[in-house]
Amino acid sequence: MNNLELISLYKSLYLIRHVEEMISKNYSKGQMRCPVHLSIGQEACATGLISNLKLTDKVFSNHRCHAHYLAKGGSLKKMLCEIYGKKNGCVGGVGGSMHLQDLDKGLVASIPIVSSSIGMATGNALYQKRRKSNEVTVIYLGDAALEEGIFFECANFAALHSLPIIFACENNMFSVYTNLKDRQLDSNFKKYADAYNISYKRLDGSKIDEVYKKTKSIINFVRKNKVPYFIQMDTYRFKEHCGPAVDDHLEYRDQKEVNYWKKKCPIEYAKKLMKRKKINEKKVETIQKNIEKFVIKEFKFAEKDKLPSYKDAERFVYV
Amino acid sequence: MSKTEILFTDAIKDAVYQSIKKDKKFFLMGEGVSDPSSMWGTIKGVSKKFGKSKTVEMPVAENGLIGVAIGSALNGSKVLINLQRVEFALYAFEQIINNAAKASYISRGKHNVPIVIRLVIGRGWGQGPEHGQSLENIFSAIPGLKVVIPAFPEDAKEMLISSIFDPNPVIFLEHRWLHYSKGKVENKFKIKKLSSFKKITNGSDLTLVANSINLLEAFRIAKLLRKYRIRLDLLNFCMPNPFDNNLLLKSVRKTRRIVSIDLSHKTLGLSSEIISTISDNKIKLKTFPIRLGLPFHPVPSSRGLVKNFYPSGKNILIAIRDALNISDKLFRKILNEYNKSTKKIPIDVPDPYFKGPF
Ligand SMILES: Cc1ncc(C[n+]2csc(CCOP(=O)(O)OP(=O)(O)O)c2C)c(N)n1
Ligand SMILES: [Mg+2]
Repeated sequence: MNNLELISLYKSLYLIRHVEEMISKNYSKGQMRCPVHLSIGQEACATGLISNLKLTDKVFSNHRCHAHYLAKGGSLKKMLCEIYGKKNGCVGGVGGSMHLQDLDKGLVASIPIVSSSIGMATGNALYQKRRKSNEVTVIYLGDAALEEGIFFECANFAALHSLPIIFACENNMFSVYTNLKDRQLDSNFKKYADAYNISYKRLDGSKIDEVYKKTKSIINFVRKNKVPYFIQMDTYRFKEHCGPAVDDHLEYRDQKEVNYWKKKCPIEYAKKLMKRKKINEKKVETIQKNIEKFVIKEFKFAEKDKLPSYKDAERFVYV
Repeated sequence: MSKTEILFTDAIKDAVYQSIKKDKKFFLMGEGVSDPSSMWGTIKGVSKKFGKSKTVEMPVAENGLIGVAIGSALNGSKVLINLQRVEFALYAFEQIINNAAKASYISRGKHNVPIVIRLVIGRGWGQGPEHGQSLENIFSAIPGLKVVIPAFPEDAKEMLISSIFDPNPVIFLEHRWLHYSKGKVENKFKIKKLSSFKKITNGSDLTLVANSINLLEAFRIAKLLRKYRIRLDLLNFCMPNPFDNNLLLKSVRKTRRIVSIDLSHKTLGLSSEIISTISDNKIKLKTFPIRLGLPFHPVPSSRGLVKNFYPSGKNILIAIRDALNISDKLFRKILNEYNKSTKKIPIDVPDPYFKGPF
């Protein structure tokens, strides 16, 4: 990974972090009137992998979709307008924060029902394969998504038909307040991949260099051989499951564990990498400032954008 | 009978705790059954107090696990399943419709499935297309299921207990906005035979049918109209499935006018069953029956898009005006008073009126 690559990764990471922090900070003003699942802490899982994709590769996401959407190049303006419930939202305000999509950028759909988008993503990979296309599909899933039957149904099918799909699992060890320990046997997801003879890799999802380098070769492998791949990225959510705040006072997570992961903050880690590579700190600051300016501009746009008209609510029920 | 004024959520909690006491085999399943949010506080402390003897954590696997609950129930265990939104249960449609609803039928009554599936439904805060549905009409179309929809805190306790101790599978639909309401609730444990309708106010001018959150609005309107000597027979349509029409027919034979409000879409909603039943029974009405409900499109997230989506108090008043032929002058007066008594609040948060006490 050269310095240019690292800087470009950092831009993506910082954009995601800053947008999420701004949502968190401004949420209490009561203008973003829908549930939000912030990606703070999990940025490198999105940026590291998605940065290796081509524009034509397709990504499917879940309720926690902000980072995937932004990493894939989704329009920030349309994302914020969607969260603000405004007219220029990426789906015109019908979806809110959990239904982000940007078809121009290949973020096909985000679905807030756990695991629900796995079927669609697998179908997309089937299409790619049948058309002999060179694209790959990435389905982002949380650790809890591995508990739904549809995951196993699709993993079997993807293996059977040798489909170019990457199961990108962000293991933040929680489903809402419930620890992985209370839901699955252990935290090694290899067993699920092994069941269908699917290749598997476990990565530290807080380390951008590791995720970026390893997923680069995995994506190449999948593209070339048209086979499914399971990537487990261990990571941590810094904020509450849903909403703008921190909820560690509820004590459902071990404070030591929280501190351990906060020390591994993916943004700080990337900064250290840049320092090690002697990338000028001033330059980094300028990058951040520019991103901040851009983000503020888009927030202002979203705040001022009009609400959609109720007359449009009944459009598109049928084609 | 002694009653205490408590929150809807505490009424549910009462029902759960008292049911645990009454039946050794009763237990709870749920995603996050021991988590701090505890289903809006409704099952708070159960896991701490009783541990694994009464609570089973559910991995995020609704289809399999509702099947598991059905399997336990075949052995006589009463199971209360708690899911934060109705949409999560859709993965388990197969289990619910084929197994829970038909076990008794296909075993010629040898099997029964005493499970209750508590599902939170309804509107608010941009929940959107896949987190804000009600689907009561869908569940109500399945023979063998019971569908119970509480409105007041009193219902919450009485109906939940009665559902838990019902040998049939029950879908228990709780509107999220009801959780904040207060009302007088019977302290004691009591099992009641539930019927489809429950009389809320007595009157001979018009039958108004509503349930869940709409019932609270209808109640407010019935009280307001009383001042103008318009008396509504207000019915809580609290158990659409199985559908017993006694109280409805009695009421409509008396009033011969009806307005019925659906929680879900008006088209193919439950009001069409209500109106058809009246027709089946050859009751001649004085004016055309009127139904209200959601337009036939998914629930959008944006507050701009839900304007005019949910039946409002004003919509209900207009329907009643049309059914009763209320003069423009009188109607303006009524509407004025209604507007004055209601606060202007955003469309995506609950009206403070819904807090009660009821
Ligand atoms: C079918 C279904 N069941 C339950 C839920 C409620 N729910 C929303 S997010 C979530 C946790 C999912 O955990 P995970 O997949 O690990 O993703 P994370 O939130 O940790 O990113 C749950 C249980 C849902 N949305 N859909
Ligand atoms: Mg998780």
